[in-house]
Amino acid sequence: MKKTFLACIVAASFALPALAQQQLTVVNFGGANANAQKKAYYEPYEKTGTKIIPVEYNGEQAKIKAMVETKKVTWDVVEVESPDAVRGCDEGLFEKLDYSKIGSKADFLPAAVTDCGVGLFVWSTVMAYNGEKLKTAPTSWADFWDVKKIPGKRGMRKGARYNLEFALMADGVKPADVYKVLATKEGADRAFKKLTELKPNIQWWEAGAQPPQFLVAGDVVLTTVYNGRIDAANREGRDLKIYWPGGIYDLDYLVIPKGAPNKEASLKYIQFTMQPANQAVYAQSIAYGPTNTKALASLSPKVLADLPTSAANAKDALQFSVGFWADQGEALEKRFASWATQ
Amino acid sequence: MQAPPGELRRALGRAEARRKWRAFALTVPLLVFLLLTLLVPIVALLQRAVENPEVANALPRTVRALDGWNRKEAPAPAAFAAIAADLAQLPDSSDAGALARRLNTEIAGARSLVMGTFRALPIAGTPEEVKARMLELDPRWGEAPYWQAIAKNGSRWTPDYLLASVDLRRDVAGEIERMPADQRAFAGILLRTFQISAVVTFFCLLLAYPLAWWLSTLPARKANVLMILVLVPFWTSILVRVAAWIVLLQSEGLVNRGLMGIGLTDHPLALLFNRTGVIIAMVHILLPFMILPLYSVMKSVPPTYLRAAVSLGSSPLAAFFRVYVPQTYPGIGAGALLVFILAIGYYVTPALLGGADDQMLSYYIARYTNVEINWGMACALGAVLLVATLLLYAVYRRIGKAELSLG
Repeated sequence: MKKTFLACIVAASFALPALAQQQLTVVNFGGANANAQKKAYYEPYEKTGTKIIPVEYNGEQAKIKAMVETKKVTWDVVEVESPDAVRGCDEGLFEKLDYSKIGSKADFLPAAVTDCGVGLFVWSTVMAYNGEKLKTAPTSWADFWDVKKIPGKRGMRKGARYNLEFALMADGVKPADVYKVLATKEGADRAFKKLTELKPNIQWWEAGAQPPQFLVAGDVVLTTVYNGRIDAANREGRDLKIYWPGGIYDLDYLVIPKGAPNKEASLKYIQFTMQPANQAVYAQSIAYGPTNTKALASLSPKVLADLPTSAANAKDALQFSVGFWADQGEALEKRFASWATQ
Repeated sequence: MQAPPGELRRALGRAEARRKWRAFALTVPLLVFLLLTLLVPIVALLQRAVENPEVANALPRTVRALDGWNRKEAPAPAAFAAIAADLAQLPDSSDAGALARRLNTEIAGARSLVMGTFRALPIAGTPEEVKARMLELDPRWGEAPYWQAIAKNGSRWTPDYLLASVDLRRDVAGEIERMPADQRAFAGILLRTFQISAVVTFFCLLLAYPLAWWLSTLPARKANVLMILVLVPFWTSILVRVAAWIVLLQSEGLVNRGLMGIGLTDHPLALLFNRTGVIIAMVHILLPFMILPLYSVMKSVPPTYLRAAVSLGSSPLAAFFRVYVPQTYPGIGAGALLVFILAIGYYVTPALLGGADDQMLSYYIARYTNVEINWGMACALGAVLLVATLLLYAVYRRIGKAELSLG
């Protein structure tokens, strides 16, 4: 008996190398989005024989920088936000991608194709309110500033990003002109001045999960929020509503940190995530838009109604300007810190 | 057999020396640990705060070409040729990225200027041709501020990060001046950090003193049971406690409902996402750090002194304040210092419970580390926080005049 057991162990230890599976460490932002990625990408991909080890992070590029600089890269595929995708590429944190191994560029949204990162999904920062509580629905960004018409607090992200754009739109700037105006000194002054008007009525949020809670708890009447969070709350039985015009949409990208050990396997995984069928499953799990335009065709009107990429919702939306924020971000965020102190 | 007395003394001396060395050897692991985990990182942090290698490494020719430039209008064509040659020599695009990032912290927009030019390489020809080609590529090359940023950062060491962390900067000529009003932030934030910490320390003392006093008068059995109640929250994750405060303090939360229920207010008070919420939660989290030192000192104060004072004719209140309280000063000092120093570094609690104007310095240190990836600035702010804390400690030592240990 004992001998057979021992023999089994010996046999197993010899067999192990053959069983050793390909593993990929895939890093995401956690939450409902991670669950959707698990359902649409991780689980189906594991059936092809590669084990996916999901890791959550908070977007800290410092971690990737530290890994790349010390040449101890343990992450294979990382989801990053657009400014980080561009900046990290410039600074040599990510591998350049070989698109012949990912798919046809023509099928992807133009914004999804960059040197180091391929866009995985489209999300949008929008205005939202609680349909159960608010009687007068907002009809413009000026209403977000109008505390007489809709009394109550406003939720806004702590920081300059998005808020300056919204401030200019509330001040009458057309979405198409927002970044042109904001790039000038007068434009930035104008945005901060507009923000000052609303300052006593702003309740700041830090994490994406907070604004839906604010709305549900009645702490704020209107808030800026990532659209997927509203969708997630509504799936739990809430009646939160989105005002789409003037929403700022952006992409999250998949990148491979420079020096990652399994580059080829990572590319294969990325190729898998960019296939229309898989992206359609993803979009059904969370209201973020597919980057492979062919995925849209298979989605029902009900799913499309909640996606930032559907024609109706994208009509008056503003594309987040990565270039503008990569240049001006640090100075504007510092100015925001200074403004908040006053 | 008896050893001669001199030999015995020597043997004793040797044994004594061995004992001393053994005692010292026991502390060696701790000393090495402290050296590695405390001193080395602090030195590295201070070094990063003044290090400025990007421009000097990437653009040596340009820095030389800009030597003697009047710093007012765009430089001579030779400087254009030098920068084109320097960029072409960079071994890796990541070096251009590092340069672009460094210059962008100096003047917003330099990132796209440098990277755009780097991608358009090679630019060859006579200096005049290079200049024309670069201006055609991006007319911003004709503007002096971008060149000033390069000229200013030609040296490997810079005071700029440290200056910026106290809202100062060097002007074009190298003279130190105040930041423009809309870029002044950190002096105010440092002040705010100290203000919040002081208020938190004050409330901790106010709440902890009577509690610690009561605990110290109880019999050991009861005191131990109650001490567990103090310690249980101490062992709970900070995030959990912050989340619990959000539930309690929100406008339809338990506290507001209670206040409205007993008629103290007719509309919910704003207790969250402002200074009030930050202070409430920080006091709660830091309270054990005040209670424990106070309790340990109060335990050692003999109750007979107070009784003696009263029996000698002092009123109980005067006896308490003139006899008892002075004996607990070491506990007050240790507790206050501990709470204050811990509070200065707070980050998660204000981030989740505070508004945009309640953030403390650590929030910005984390921001520069993780989001802006401007580690020079993060280290400079860290150095300012460190120096401010040490200064405060020195002042405290001078006023307190007492040797003080945190143990």
